[in-house]
Amino acid sequence: MKDIGCQYGILSGSRENSLYNALWVAQALLRKGSSRTARTTILLFTNEDDPFGSIKGAAKADMTRTTLQRAKDAQDLGISIELLPLGRPDQEFNVSLFYAQLIGLEDDDAAQFMPSAGQKLEDMKDQLRKQMFAKRIVRRITLLIANGLSIELNTYALIRPTTPGAIMWLDSVTNRPLKTERSFICADTGALMHEPTKLSQSYKNENIIFSVEELSEIKRVSTGHLRLLGFKPLSCLKDYHNLRPSTFVFPSDKEVVGSTRIFIALHRSMLRLNRFAVAYCGSSFHPRLVALVAQDEIINAGGQVEPPGMYMIYLPYTDDVRLIEEFHSESNVRVPRATDDHIKKAADLIKRTYLKDFSVCQFANPALQRHYAMLQALALEEEEIPDTIDETLPDEEGMARLGVVKAIEEFKLSVYGDKYDEESNSVGNGKANEASKKRKAAAENAANESANYDWADLADNGQLKDLTVAELKLYLTAHNLPVSGKKEALISRILTHMGK
Amino acid sequence: MARNREGLVLLLDVGPSMHRVLPEVQKICSMLIQKKLIYRKFDEVGIVIFGAEDTDNELTIEVGGYEHVVVLRNIKVVDGDIVEALQELPRGTVAGDYLDAVVVGMDMLIKKYQLTNKGKKRICLITDAQNPIKDPYKGTKDDQVSTIAVQMAAHGVRMETIIVRGRLGEDIDQRIVDENDHLLHLFSEKTSAKTVYVESPTSLLGALRTRDISPVTIFRGDLEISPKLKIKVWVYKKTSEEKFPTLKKYSDKAPPTDKYATHEVKVDYEYKSVEDPSKVIPPNQRIKGYRYGPQVVPISSVEWDAFKFKPEKSVKLLGFTNASNILRHYYMKDVNIFIAEPGNARAAIAVSALARAMKELNKVAIVRCVWRQGQGSVVLGVLTPNLSEKDKTPDSFCFNVLPFAEDVREFQFPSFSNFPASWQPSEQQQQAADNLVMMLDLAPPGKEEALLPEFTPNPILERFYHHLELKSKQPDAAVPPLDRTLKKITEPDPQLFSESKSVVEAFCKSFEVKENPKLKKSTRRLLQEKPSGSDDEGGYGDTSNALAIKSDESQLLAKADKIGDLTPVQDFEAMMSRRDNPDWVAKAIKDMENKICNMVENCKGGDNYCKALECLVALRKGCILEQEPKQFNDFLHHLFRLCQEKKLGNFWEFLASKELTLISTSEAIDSEVTEDEAKNFLVKKLPKLE
Repeated sequence: MKDIGCQYGILSGSRENSLYNALWVAQALLRKGSSRTARTTILLFTNEDDPFGSIKGAAKADMTRTTLQRAKDAQDLGISIELLPLGRPDQEFNVSLFYAQLIGLEDDDAAQFMPSAGQKLEDMKDQLRKQMFAKRIVRRITLLIANGLSIELNTYALIRPTTPGAIMWLDSVTNRPLKTERSFICADTGALMHEPTKLSQSYKNENIIFSVEELSEIKRVSTGHLRLLGFKPLSCLKDYHNLRPSTFVFPSDKEVVGSTRIFIALHRSMLRLNRFAVAYCGSSFHPRLVALVAQDEIINAGGQVEPPGMYMIYLPYTDDVRLIEEFHSESNVRVPRATDDHIKKAADLIKRTYLKDFSVCQFANPALQRHYAMLQALALEEEEIPDTIDETLPDEEGMARLGVVKAIEEFKLSVYGDKYDEESNSVGNGKANEASKKRKAAAENAANESANYDWADLADNGQLKDLTVAELKLYLTAHNLPVSGKKEALISRILTHMGK
Repeated sequence: MARNREGLVLLLDVGPSMHRVLPEVQKICSMLIQKKLIYRKFDEVGIVIFGAEDTDNELTIEVGGYEHVVVLRNIKVVDGDIVEALQELPRGTVAGDYLDAVVVGMDMLIKKYQLTNKGKKRICLITDAQNPIKDPYKGTKDDQVSTIAVQMAAHGVRMETIIVRGRLGEDIDQRIVDENDHLLHLFSEKTSAKTVYVESPTSLLGALRTRDISPVTIFRGDLEISPKLKIKVWVYKKTSEEKFPTLKKYSDKAPPTDKYATHEVKVDYEYKSVEDPSKVIPPNQRIKGYRYGPQVVPISSVEWDAFKFKPEKSVKLLGFTNASNILRHYYMKDVNIFIAEPGNARAAIAVSALARAMKELNKVAIVRCVWRQGQGSVVLGVLTPNLSEKDKTPDSFCFNVLPFAEDVREFQFPSFSNFPASWQPSEQQQQAADNLVMMLDLAPPGKEEALLPEFTPNPILERFYHHLELKSKQPDAAVPPLDRTLKKITEPDPQLFSESKSVVEAFCKSFEVKENPKLKKSTRRLLQEKPSGSDDEGGYGDTSNALAIKSDESQLLAKADKIGDLTPVQDFEAMMSRRDNPDWVAKAIKDMENKICNMVENCKGGDNYCKALECLVALRKGCILEQEPKQFNDFLHHLFRLCQEKKLGNFWEFLASKELTLISTSEAIDSEVTEDEAKNFLVKKLPKLE
């Protein structure tokens, strides 16, 4: 954010239109500075609700008009204007006098503006401390309830995995960005072609051809709305009924007046009756059966922790759920079950290793932090890459506390008896371990074999290339190195390992 | 290839009581075969129907008996013929004996594969189990079932039974049903058999798993409670989305006469420098760059490997916490399942003890996982107990991925209580909502839960495979409409809604919604797309359609992109104030000039002069605002010449009388015309016209 170099005070009664000038300067600054892709916002702090109040007649009309035009120009250029009214002790800030028009509020919105404006100021304070994410509506959807009654909802992505960001391919010589070009080549004729509009699926030894339109037609099984199908008790929503991050849903009265009221009513009922709604989300992007789970607002001293609204949880279909438990069911033996004593010991253990104030977002992603640190060090050409702390490691100290250790030992004793050590050492039973045994044997064998070669000597005399790949691999397996790649790669790996 | 092939026999009850669900049976079975045709081409399938009119099976020839059991197709590698046979199942005339069918099916499997067969053998029985089985020659029915079950277990045959229920109490003998339930339950006790009950046709479509995936562990190793206590576990995927099949790109460039054409399309990627698009950069000269503010930082893979985060493979417990701390919507991905290492009784007890204690105390475990060595990131997740009710199934944990601090976006939303009173539901409205939430119950007690995810087929995939089959017979087949049974997934169940009609109506009446009339821009999305092939029964959404049209009218005002005849001045102003493209101003002026010329030229009456003057005044004002005085002044000169040519002196007089002048320097700095010149322009020119 740039500092605007000049300060203007709005002097009521002066012929100088300072608001107009301020907008003009701000717009010019924003136009000049940043690139096209940046998001530009003018934050207008004021405690004067009627800047031209003291001017009368045509002059007022004219100034109002020109100022509004200036504001509109700015908005057309993609600059958003946010008004942050500062209350005055003696009177309330009346947006409808002038500013409603300036920032393009409709009459009804204006009524709600003031309460939400206070919220905005709060928001700002928070935003400045944290990483910026534009609060963006992912999609505006309609929830069809019944008999043509439908309400308007906005969806937001509140929880999404953060990735290190998109990779840009660069030319390693010039460090200039590269652009990717994709071309389609017909395998039969070798001719260059446009992106094919036909796709094929091999079926019954034939190629069945679909056009792109047909495929999108197949996927369009419902209108692009959320359709309410009914309600179920929350206990029906199992922990494994999940596929992807949830989407937050909040009502909006922007297009359909009355949506919020219906939403609030349903929200309350669902919370009170412990039920969730099942709906079909027919968006073209990801049509799926969803559960709508109401979430009550949670506020603590720090502010809003959970906003009120509903979360859309994407449900799996029959073929998405795998029956692993059944796969591992014994055909006619009972599986071992814990006895009450076991359970009691386990409960003790749980009570001992209880995380009191666990909250989901308390851990930073160590891989991501590492990535950022590395990026920063490289960008600023720092010598050393600062160490990042992995917060996700268990609390070793806490685990070593006497009470915890005792609880663990008791649980261990009750379940494993005194055979725990045997058990953990025995490489054990089952097919899986056969493979690992084999691997181990191979490694041992390789170690023995590789002892027959004088590797250092071979390396010094450059005779490694005279060995076969199999021989080279002996060294690699013996030293637990990867054995992939071509012969040169293997040789260079051996040399690196020897430190040559 | 055929190493892991499956031998499957479908035993289908076609007796009279099954007729109403046979369409669904046909669909689900052909779907099964279709998927095999695509994903498991070497599997072998046979079809046996029972309750049929005639009898045709080997056992009846060999030993007699086994009437009304017909081997429709012997076990063979899946092909189109099987699909077709399944789509035209004969309707039977007698009540079928499922046990006969099971014996015939087993006989087929054993004869075909003997003991030597590697791979899997499976029997799939679909019946309503409403008809009694025949009494055996000796012993009880229980004994008979046991004998068969032992045989089945010995040959490693798995059995899957789908029992169609619903509309009980018509003329069904409850005693027989109970007996059959008991007998089928015996199977699942003695062998690895599974029985599911379905009530609605929709869940019948979802009851048979058509996608056969052998589960693969993603982790085998220790669940570290502490460095001193490690429990051996295996981790599998519990849910994983079945994706729409990836279709190959098809090229029709090959001549139709070429029989060996592959019709494949190769996709080629080339990396080119932005400055010089003719230069192709070879792959080894490319380097990955990441954004750091406005600049891009190149990171070579060597640097990357040297410094990246390299956690050790492990699954470590961080601790336990209250289940209420982990809200349901935090779950980030598809779900994994932790089960104790098979065959390790102690581990099974440990898992079972922890799971049960967690359930009891309402706690969940937070774990940190690195599934594989060399994985570049850690996963933080929550283990929730997944207790089994059956003796034969082990207790396990469900694992869900939790977000990191970076993944949570803390947007603020207004509290509902802060909304104006007009948005708060009244007590009566709240009551209506309560009733709606209660009455539109998809899981009523004592009945089958509707739309249970485990029994709900994917409507899109069902439709795709249906279309695929149609296309294989007729290449230009149109996309079929969504099946009636599948519509219950995408649309509300009319039966449920009509049962609670009064509640639904009361709800709709209590609330009022209306289109926001102030909304200028038509951003209507309501019902813009109809589902393909849907014959929407009307009612729904028609009202919204009407609303959509209404708001379209207001769109006209929103953006003008040319100057019309009706309101040229307004159009002009609108265009001038458009800022999405600087060309609009130039275009507006140009258009306005043309318009004025037209008006002056075409109509000689004084009436049009007024209009032209209005336009001219608007143009003048606009040109001053936009600092384009020269445009206007030039135009006025042009207009003057025009008047001269066309002998329109009276228009000129009219202009002079209205004191319309050139734009002078005092009005716009760029102007080259002084104030005096401007004033005198019209007057000076006047005599010349005479």
